[in-house]
Amino acid sequence: MSIVASLARTTLIEAVRNRLLWLAMIVVVIAFGLAQFLNQVAITESREIQTALLAAPLRVTAVFMLAVFVITSMVRESNDKIAELLLSLPTPRYAYLFGKLAGYALVAVILALISALPLFPFANSQGLVLWTISLVCELLVVTAMSLFCVLSLVQVVPAFAAVAGFYLLSRSMAAMQIIAGAPLQDPTLADRVVNSVVGLIALLLPGFDAMTQTTWLLGSAPGLGTLGHLVGQTALYLVLICSAALFDLYRKNF
Amino acid sequence: MSQRPIAAVPRGVLALLALGLAGQVALKTAAPPPRAAAEDLTSPPSIAALRLASFGEPVALAKALMLYLQAFDYQSGSKVPYRDLDYDRLEAWLTRILELDPRGQYPLLAASRLYAEVPVEAKQRSMLEFVYRQFLLDPNRRWPWLAHATALAKHSLHDLPLALRYARAIQRYAVAGDIPLWAKQMEAFILEDMNELETARLIIGGYIQSGSVKDPAELRFLEERLKQLEARTAPGSGTTGDKSVR
Repeated sequence: MSIVASLARTTLIEAVRNRLLWLAMIVVVIAFGLAQFLNQVAITESREIQTALLAAPLRVTAVFMLAVFVITSMVRESNDKIAELLLSLPTPRYAYLFGKLAGYALVAVILALISALPLFPFANSQGLVLWTISLVCELLVVTAMSLFCVLSLVQVVPAFAAVAGFYLLSRSMAAMQIIAGAPLQDPTLADRVVNSVVGLIALLLPGFDAMTQTTWLLGSAPGLGTLGHLVGQTALYLVLICSAALFDLYRKNF
Repeated sequence: MSQRPIAAVPRGVLALLALGLAGQVALKTAAPPPRAAAEDLTSPPSIAALRLASFGEPVALAKALMLYLQAFDYQSGSKVPYRDLDYDRLEAWLTRILELDPRGQYPLLAASRLYAEVPVEAKQRSMLEFVYRQFLLDPNRRWPWLAHATALAKHSLHDLPLALRYARAIQRYAVAGDIPLWAKQMEAFILEDMNELETARLIIGGYIQSGSVKDPAELRFLEERLKQLEARTAPGSGTTGDKSVR
């Protein structure tokens, strides 16, 4: 257990020394300034405009920063042979993975809180709480996915491309399913095959399109049922991705 | 890099992987499939916001938006598609898509062939007017959709004055060389249907005399038609009434 805690702690220190949290603060300040500028231009719905133009970019930026940090940190550790050194210690491989995951998860939580900070003056409090919890869930899934991709693909570019593709696909899958489900003519065999493939892919992706909605900040926030569903979905997906990453890690020869 | 055999993976990890996969599939299967109901169609964002969201690819965004839009309220089966849509919002979306991609024909095809064919007269009329307004912005490229609107006004709405207005617009504003004569001649035939025989006769005679009709078969057809009209408008034939809609 101590190795997990130590790894989590060193990962957090790495994030601080990489100035990741400073970068997050700078992004927040810039986004806040941009929203204030657009507020001056807007004729009406200025609060809604500020909230929406803050929340949506902050969400994407947090995902981007976290994925890049996880991937580059793991690649650097692999290149410096630190991973091999750690795995040569008398500790199971899962401890290494969970230690790294715990550290990155802490970074994810901090990033989500920093991202929620500038929304405090504009959003309704209940919606903001739900939005922040949802962003934490989303970032945890992205963390696990980044870890899985970098362990499997080893290099920065393929790993980041895979995570970006996963994220974009997860956010647009519902729209793709809607489009695929509304053919204007009788579906041909090819249409049915494509629809089935789309359906199969959708089964394996988390429902990011239903998470961290800007509308929660503007109007009435959804109830606890939505929160329960989000947390349940995240927990289940973390189990899936972590077990896949463990599967890869245990098969790897260093 | 070589890999260890699957047997090297602890059974607990394999069990966890199977459990996670089964759980994810079960959760997704239990959830209702995403569907875009009519009431979910909100007002479109401003054109500036859409251009910003397109990241310099407005045409690609327009195509994607059109596919997304047509999925709203579409349900195969007994329900009539699109009937419950808010047509003001729909029109706003189609306008935005055309602003993003003015050369695109899909929005007007959808307007004239999908959304204008719902069995609700007010919605049909609003969509036909939308097609008419958009036609006026680019007549040489958009005339086919107004031609279809003309046919709908005549055969579905049984509104001959409306069909005549659309047919006249095609005749006047669509001036490119590749526009077929049947499209330009629609005005004359609608006038004939309205019993405006004298006006129809003058228009068809004008076509023949202008020399723009080159195809011999088409020329023969028009001359035959002109003879019939002249016979019907001749004194004593009993069908001379020209109520002159002009």
